[in-house]
Amino acid sequence: MRLFLLTFCCFLGLSNFSFAGSGSSGDDHSHDDGHGHGFNPQSTAFHHIADANVYGIGPINIPLPCILYSKDDGLAMFSSGKFDIIPHNGPRETEGWAHGDGHAAYQKYVLNSGMVMRVVDPSFPAEKVKIDGFIHKKEGKKHKYYTVYQGKEYELEKSTTADFGVFGGGFTSFYDFSLTKNATSMLLICLLMGWFFISMARSYKNNEGRAPTGANNLMESIFVFIQDEVAKPFLGHKWEQFLPFLMSLFFFILGLNLFGQIPFLGGSNVTGNLAVTAVLAIFTFLMTNFNGNKHYWEHTLWMPGVPAWLKLFILTPVEVLGLFIKPVTLMLRLFANITAGHMVLVIFTGLIFLFGKENLGASIGSAIPAGILTLFMMSIELLVAFIQAFVFTILTASYLGMATEEAHH
Amino acid sequence: MSLAAIGMGLAVIGAGIGIGSVGAKAMEAIARQPEAVGDIRGSMILMAALVEGAALIAIVLAFLVG
Repeated sequence: MRLFLLTFCCFLGLSNFSFAGSGSSGDDHSHDDGHGHGFNPQSTAFHHIADANVYGIGPINIPLPCILYSKDDGLAMFSSGKFDIIPHNGPRETEGWAHGDGHAAYQKYVLNSGMVMRVVDPSFPAEKVKIDGFIHKKEGKKHKYYTVYQGKEYELEKSTTADFGVFGGGFTSFYDFSLTKNATSMLLICLLMGWFFISMARSYKNNEGRAPTGANNLMESIFVFIQDEVAKPFLGHKWEQFLPFLMSLFFFILGLNLFGQIPFLGGSNVTGNLAVTAVLAIFTFLMTNFNGNKHYWEHTLWMPGVPAWLKLFILTPVEVLGLFIKPVTLMLRLFANITAGHMVLVIFTGLIFLFGKENLGASIGSAIPAGILTLFMMSIELLVAFIQAFVFTILTASYLGMATEEAHH
Repeated sequence: MSLAAIGMGLAVIGAGIGIGSVGAKAMEAIARQPEAVGDIRGSMILMAALVEGAALIAIVLAFLVG
């Protein structure tokens, strides 16, 4: 139990850290998200799966702490309420504003579609000033963002991301260590899970020898399923050693998958964030390779009974590549499945706005099939939440099993 | 972009055939031996996940190139 919590805390710490690096992986969302005019389903979908510096529950925007560091101005810590965020369904003073935008700039930072950006120009005032909107331009393949202040356009920069430019991010002039929407959800789920499992363990201690009661029945059936179907068959007699890791993986992923499914509660897409899944996959990678025995490394690097030239030119390179491909596919599988689910839901809901551009009747008419489709997709997504958590755990168990298998030839 | 999209589609065809045959064979096996349904389901999901992995790599490459 203690180990279980420890692993959980490690997840939390590391995922949080990597958040700092990668604010959002859905890099494509454009500024123009107005539900009223010019509804653009693609940009809306990308905006809704991205991370944000504000927690929006229905029409209410809950400001979150911003912890920002830039090389020029040093550390800045303030609440994102300083940006005067526009309410979700609130009135918009002018065109060119979207929900999650901030009306004000503070210490050269602005809030654009829920994300903190920084004004590059050093002549921009550092104190809190009112800005007049945002402009999004697409130059070839590059997205550029500008804010308008006193009739002049100032270029904006996104926060540094840990993807080294592969997904369109890279190093910029500032780092975002904020407690974002995803980080808040993750903390919340970790506290919930911690409380749940500690109280469960306590009730098992007090009730020793008697049948479990209440919610323990539900959790025990899931717990025993993972133990008997995943840990024992794949790990052999070493299953007890790795059970805490597998359980924390499973319940962490499952809890976040299910939390993201709750409608109108921020819809945080935590397991659909590449940074989070990357950290989970790195844990699997490290666990596998640190626990790998001699037999495993021998069969990876210099397998017996194969001609040397074959090993040197084909098998060993392929195996070494495989070491890295395994965690990468783990990372992408979870990310892609959860992100796709969230996007499909947003797009089905967006059908109402898409058809209702012209008149009210069409939007009412399309609301019925769109609602049914969304409901259908949500039930599928509930299934996917379980399956993806299970798949991640079972693949981790099989990699661990491969690495710790004893020689038998 | 369009070429990458075509590549993505081709990768999905491959994964579709793969997952389809995994599912079909699993169904057959369950019909033949209904008492082994638990084991077969577990292995089926594992194999489907592995097939999906190849498609995911292709899709990400399509994203990066396109």
